[in-house]
Amino acid sequence: MEFFSHQTSYPFMATRKVWYTLSAVLMIVALGSYFTRGLNLAIDFTGGVSAEVSFPHPVNVDDVRARLTSAGFREPQVQNFGSSRDISIRLPPDATQSATAVRARLEGSLKELDPGVQVAQLDVVGPQVGNELRSSAIWALFFTLLGIFAYIAFRFHTWRLSLGAILAVLHDPILVLGFFSLTQMSFDLAVVAAILAVIGYSLNDTVVVFDRIRERFETNRRSPADQVLDQSINQTLSRTIMTKVVTSIVVVALLFLGGPVLKGFSAALLIGIIAGTYSSIYISSAIALDCGLTAEHVFPSVKKTALDLQP
Amino acid sequence: MLEYARWKYILVAAVLLLALLFALPNFFGEDPALQVARKDHTPVGTEASAAVQAYLSSRGIHLAKSYIDSDRLMLRFASVSDQLAARDAVNEEYKGTYITALSFAPRTPELLRALGLRPMPLGLDLRGGLYLLYQVDVNSAVGQALDGYAQDARRALAAANIPVKDVTSITVASERPNAVRIVLPPEADVNAARAALSQPLQGLTVTTESLASGSAITGVLTTAQIRERQDYAIQQNITTLRNRVNELGVSEPIVQRQGIDRINVQLPGVQDSADVKDILGRVATLEFRLEDMQNNAVEAEQTGHVPLGSKLYTHTRFGRPVLLKREVIATGDQLTNATSGQSQEGPAVNIKLDARAGDNMLRTTRQNVNKRMAVVLIEKRRESSDVDGKKVSREVTDEEVINDATIRGIFSNNFQITGLGAGEARELALLLRSGSLATVIYEIEERAVGPSLGRENIDKGVTALIVGMAGVFVFMALYYKTFGLVADIVLLANVVLLTALLSMMRASLSLPGIAGIILTVGMAVDANVLIYERIREEVRKGVSPQAAIRAGFEKAFSAIADSNVTTLIAGVVLWVLGTGPIRGFAIVLTLGVATSMFTSLMGSRALLTLMYGGRRKIARLSI
Repeated sequence: MEFFSHQTSYPFMATRKVWYTLSAVLMIVALGSYFTRGLNLAIDFTGGVSAEVSFPHPVNVDDVRARLTSAGFREPQVQNFGSSRDISIRLPPDATQSATAVRARLEGSLKELDPGVQVAQLDVVGPQVGNELRSSAIWALFFTLLGIFAYIAFRFHTWRLSLGAILAVLHDPILVLGFFSLTQMSFDLAVVAAILAVIGYSLNDTVVVFDRIRERFETNRRSPADQVLDQSINQTLSRTIMTKVVTSIVVVALLFLGGPVLKGFSAALLIGIIAGTYSSIYISSAIALDCGLTAEHVFPSVKKTALDLQP
Repeated sequence: MLEYARWKYILVAAVLLLALLFALPNFFGEDPALQVARKDHTPVGTEASAAVQAYLSSRGIHLAKSYIDSDRLMLRFASVSDQLAARDAVNEEYKGTYITALSFAPRTPELLRALGLRPMPLGLDLRGGLYLLYQVDVNSAVGQALDGYAQDARRALAAANIPVKDVTSITVASERPNAVRIVLPPEADVNAARAALSQPLQGLTVTTESLASGSAITGVLTTAQIRERQDYAIQQNITTLRNRVNELGVSEPIVQRQGIDRINVQLPGVQDSADVKDILGRVATLEFRLEDMQNNAVEAEQTGHVPLGSKLYTHTRFGRPVLLKREVIATGDQLTNATSGQSQEGPAVNIKLDARAGDNMLRTTRQNVNKRMAVVLIEKRRESSDVDGKKVSREVTDEEVINDATIRGIFSNNFQITGLGAGEARELALLLRSGSLATVIYEIEERAVGPSLGRENIDKGVTALIVGMAGVFVFMALYYKTFGLVADIVLLANVVLLTALLSMMRASLSLPGIAGIILTVGMAVDANVLIYERIREEVRKGVSPQAAIRAGFEKAFSAIADSNVTTLIAGVVLWVLGTGPIRGFAIVLTLGVATSMFTSLMGSRALLTLMYGGRRKIARLSI
């Protein structure tokens, strides 16, 4: 079985304006949403209380909220979670209350509603820890990008390819952030981990395509650059799509079967993989071309002459 | 011709066999279990064990297996609901006698267990339990060290008959950080003072300055000394917390340092946090002092005039103030054991002291028979309050005289404290036995996962893993036919190898860790796809099948190495910066990259060479 005939020849370079525009629109939407709506940060970052409780009988969310408000909790967020018996509760951080006290009060007021209530999960994160996790997430993102950039600079000897790779790498996490901002899905530490994994993973394709570009320039020094780039992308297309399809199979399994804890994580991975595949096919090489990439940049002729002299 | 060196075959086979052995314990699964330990920490006997079992079966709770493991009774159940029902039943029926903890008991066969092979430990999100993060007040540890220096300095100057105006310890907040400052009156001989102080202030950076009247000697702690002090405080607190956790009877607890001044405590199977935290977070120590019987405590309280050499305690368990001598006979850290028990006067704590304190006690009791001795319980805790909108927390010391009794006879290192309630006696014994915390700790994060949610998380993770792998296997087999099946075998080997490595490292498996394994399966396919696409390309060029396989592996190598390096960068950053479950994910991701390189480059090459190697003619490849 093969999905791709081995001679695909899609004109990626000729149509690059279309893909640039598409990317630009997506980026504007993503960043626009990020800056206006922001992210629905989980208590990992904000501090506060997050609880999952299950009642023996179906329970009305509004009743729970009213009960908690009357018990003196400020702005409780109460939602159904899975079934009508399972409720998730979020409370903002409260510096004056110890975790133990919050737990006792929460359990007490829910027991008034129904004595059979079970607390399945309870997280209390102090505001200080929240701030630290936020800054360590930002540092992790920073160091990953730094590492990736250093690797790119080391790996591709021309800034034209490097720039293409870097822009493609930045493109993907921005779209993931945009997705989380638009859907207001809970953005927790696991999502950050997924984004970092995506950054590393989506660069794979770009590296494979660029490797092929170098190989083709070596054999076809006189061919026009856009033609070489198109050929390189087309030749690696089958591999690029195949790999991503297979990875997506497992990520989709995680998304639908992995339970609520991994929902955000797997959604971030899925969006990131799709964005990464797109950016390495349509964006990274096109940017290198618009920066004026030629065979000369990949294989400077001086070196080539020196090599030719060898018997 | 397609060949592969013999040593490479042997290497691949040996690694995979070893991996299979180490991964094996994970495939047997775990039974929900209940650990029952006696509250007074004596071993659970066979009779008691039979009684508990009989009681459970009378309540209709079905037991799968039971045995006594290191003084505790372990009960295994077929289901989590049985486990929970049994816990509730035992807690209800044997409230004062036993403490229970939920746990999982691996179903690993004896043979494997004897070889020291164990399954990966499960993280709290998978087995349920309590996670606590404590902040250690390291500054107060430094303050304590300075107070010690100040005390020694005062004593040395007094011994040398040098007059002193003031001795203070200065901590970070003020201008001159972490120092002891000794102010001398004008008549004091500064040089003599410095000579006298050379011993007590050893190691400090000492400077002398002249003041308007008199002079001042300042000893500053070096950065290394401060660091050492802080490390000591953390280590000491970890030891104490570990002791206390062990006293709680929790199975496989984890107490570890996190960062500079944090300690995280993970208690699998613990559900009720209030009791646990009360015991973990308490700083308690005892002081034994003689009562000042010449003076009247009530009078001292009313007039506010406390006689020299005595200290007034208004907070007592028996409701009247008491004057105690300043001299301390023994303190809690000189304790070698404390157990709760019964005496003729009700519940009691049996105390054993070390030799030095024992000698002191002997001397004191010999001279003071029929006088009274008191026991002071000193507890420190941290209290936070809002001051002008800013959160201020400070250390509060509660001193309570819990017992004041007549010395009936001469005793040294072995005696009883009475006059407590049964619960109090037990708790005090536990606190004393587990030592005191070096400094106050306060809780900054708490995460609790219920046992059924943990079970649900495992089930979901495993289902996702199986479905995801099945999807990949079918897809690969359809797309690459025989080669696809080879890739499937290699992927399976990769999962086994990864599981083996994780089991060997005893890295605890969290839900994100399972996600990492699933993701590794998806990503490990990449290497195979790169190789197979290359082989297809070569075949299309008209290269012979065997040469195509060789060229496929050789030409795909650089792309495989490249694509793994980028994932590795992200994995390592997460490993370094992440904590808890996120770190689990990073470990799996990083190891997964390494194992997938090994299996898809070496493993699949070995397998394909076995299938297509040698000199025989092959018409076409099933790819």
